[in-house]
Amino acid sequence: MGDTAHRTVIARYTERERVNHWILAIAFVLAALSGLALFHPSLYWMSSLVGGGTWSRILHPFIGLVMTVSFVLLALAVGKHNRMEERDWKWLREMPKAKSHDDPRLPEVGRYNGGQKILFMVLVASMALLLLSGIVIWRSYFSAYFPIGVIRLAAVVHALAGFVLVCSIIGHAYAAVFWVTGSMGAITRGFVTPGWAWRHHRAWFRENIRAANPRTRAD
Amino acid sequence: MALQSLDIVRRSATTTPSPGVRGPATGEVAKLIDVSKCIGCKACQAACMEWNDLRDEIGTCNGTLQNPPDLTAQSWTLMRFTEYENPKGDLEWLIRKDGCMHCADPGCLKACPAPGAIVQYANGIVDFHQENCIGCGYCIAGCPFDIPRISKKDSKAYKCSLCSDRVAVGLEPACIKSCPTGALMFGTKEDMKQHAEGRVQDLQSRGFDQAGLYDPGGVGGTHVMYVLQHADQPQLYSGLPAEPHISAAVGAWKGFTKPMAVAGIALTALAALFHYLRVGPNDTTEEDEAAAARELEKNHG
Repeated sequence: MGDTAHRTVIARYTERERVNHWILAIAFVLAALSGLALFHPSLYWMSSLVGGGTWSRILHPFIGLVMTVSFVLLALAVGKHNRMEERDWKWLREMPKAKSHDDPRLPEVGRYNGGQKILFMVLVASMALLLLSGIVIWRSYFSAYFPIGVIRLAAVVHALAGFVLVCSIIGHAYAAVFWVTGSMGAITRGFVTPGWAWRHHRAWFRENIRAANPRTRAD
Repeated sequence: MALQSLDIVRRSATTTPSPGVRGPATGEVAKLIDVSKCIGCKACQAACMEWNDLRDEIGTCNGTLQNPPDLTAQSWTLMRFTEYENPKGDLEWLIRKDGCMHCADPGCLKACPAPGAIVQYANGIVDFHQENCIGCGYCIAGCPFDIPRISKKDSKAYKCSLCSDRVAVGLEPACIKSCPTGALMFGTKEDMKQHAEGRVQDLQSRGFDQAGLYDPGGVGGTHVMYVLQHADQPQLYSGLPAEPHISAAVGAWKGFTKPMAVAGIALTALAALFHYLRVGPNDTTEEDEAAAARELEKNHG
């Protein structure tokens, strides 16, 4: 948002959505550190960032619950914008062949593109698996209620779903922080420039200006 | 309380070699439990409590001589009593001293994520070092014999240590010392196998055709072995598994998959870095802003 020439901005996330996203992000980082510490010996050092191995074991499930609640709130807010449509499949198919974002073969993108929507579905699936399997292997409170075969299976499912989640979030964070510049403003200050919306989410941009005139910043 | 006089061959959640310059000159050790000689006196349970300073809660009688009803963090060994009616219609009282089998291929150690919480000594004893235990309970999922128990008091896992502290200074385990019938023996694994051979022959000559030694190969053999009258049906003895092995789920979860997954995570991050180096950022240009401004203008107009 450094460029003050563009006074007009388009709102993308509300204050509540932004606060929740960052609670989710912090919970994810803490859960990932404490979880990866127990994932493989080469990552055990990560447990020292949450106070050691025993604290990892104690805190990880509670952090996971915070992450789950926060994710459910996020999913409720953005879920309706993340249903795959025909244009999203087309966009995914044509994307690798496209020379630029303005390639005429590419359909216009709505509030989220096909890649973001697939990411969303992968996150929903892995979070659901992590929650269910995590309850089964939560030794202090719940493991006693499950037979050993279910516990063993849940441990595998938890590790695999955690792996998928971590890889997905690395992709998400890379795209938002480094690759598609101008995205960070959406999730920190809540708005994007019209040019950003026009370039990356043109259908959403057009819906947006049709629905309401964009607010104008005071500066 | 790592016993530095015992060499370690395997250490949980550790990918580098463990201290091991001193070879076990006397070979691996084993406890032999001759079920056919056991009278169920529970002297071994008492000796275990005494040596290890364990005092389980006073429970209630569940109608059998088995007491406590199950292994706990305070009861590392337990006489399990089975009343078995054989095909001839005779009653056989099968009494099995349950506890850690000290597997050559220990599922608990493989499943454990805490470095050094579980070790396997060169003499074959599998020992829990509770000061490194984080209380996750993965050892329980890894064990094919359902042995480790997490203490409600300190959330650490406990089980029979085969009295590693006694063995390290040349003594036999406390249970062995207390057994009045010679049903419990301790020595090198080779000696115990030889002794068991004689016992099995004796039992076979007395009509127990299926008598045999329980030293299951699925876990690489064990350092606690049983002489069983019915070695063809170990499950008769309070569910002793016929073919114990580390669950495929634990193998899949710990063996090959996890290093691959760590590599996968690292590669994902590297892929992002190299994507940035090759493709660079996807910037919004002045032309984009100008195009957007034109559309906004039109909309206002």
